[in-house]
Amino acid sequence: MPPRPLSPHLGVYKFMYTMSLSILHRITGLAATLGFLLFAWWLMALAGGPESYARVMRFLDTPVAKLVLVGFTFAFVYHFCNGIRHLVWDTGHGLERAQARRSGALVIVLALLLTVLVIWLACGAFRQ
Amino acid sequence: MSLRSPLGKVLGRGSAGEGVGHWWVQRVTAVALVPLTALFAWSLLALELHSYDAVRGWLGRPWVAVLTVLLVVTLAWHSKLGVQVVIEDYVHGKAAKTSLLLLSLFVHAGAAVSGVFALLLLALS
Repeated sequence: MPPRPLSPHLGVYKFMYTMSLSILHRITGLAATLGFLLFAWWLMALAGGPESYARVMRFLDTPVAKLVLVGFTFAFVYHFCNGIRHLVWDTGHGLERAQARRSGALVIVLALLLTVLVIWLACGAFRQ
Repeated sequence: MSLRSPLGKVLGRGSAGEGVGHWWVQRVTAVALVPLTALFAWSLLALELHSYDAVRGWLGRPWVAVLTVLLVVTLAWHSKLGVQVVIEDYVHGKAAKTSLLLLSLFVHAGAAVSGVFALLLLALS
């Protein structure tokens, strides 16, 4: 069988920032998967009793872990907002170039605002 | 007029039958995850997370337990479908692709079962 036709290499397209939003959706999706695994681990620690839960929370309280949690938060929130953008596209709306650029900018602003909101709420929730 | 290729006619095979199943389930789980994740995050961050009793008491409540089980299952499913597409797109070579797809499936199944089991333990004991 002859080789099946492949779509052209991405390098033939002029770069537009909506492209980086598109690849960011995949990257944040993968990061959110790691966040999901952490979530399952946290639930298991909680089910394991007060000691194992305290161990996990001590670990999550370290500066490095907090930085990772902030990263997961942005990844998740971005994927959430951009995912809704994709769902709107699936209905056939907002696909014009100007509309897609506007919604892309809106998603970035919303994701940053929501990240700040979650960090602010988390500061309260993590207080000892 | 048939759109089938001569080779396709000779082999006589139909489609794999799955059609748009993967695409559709990805959307269905996405729609479900919008309220599930928002509600969970909002309620979780209102707790004192260092207090074992506070978190446990909250997750042990019937509706919270049910919604969180739904969250874990839907997250695992959506995540499994997404990681699968990424592997299929970027990993070439049958051995590497199949191994990674299997690994992803096992990890997702493990995480989903762990999450649900932990929630049942918390709610029922």
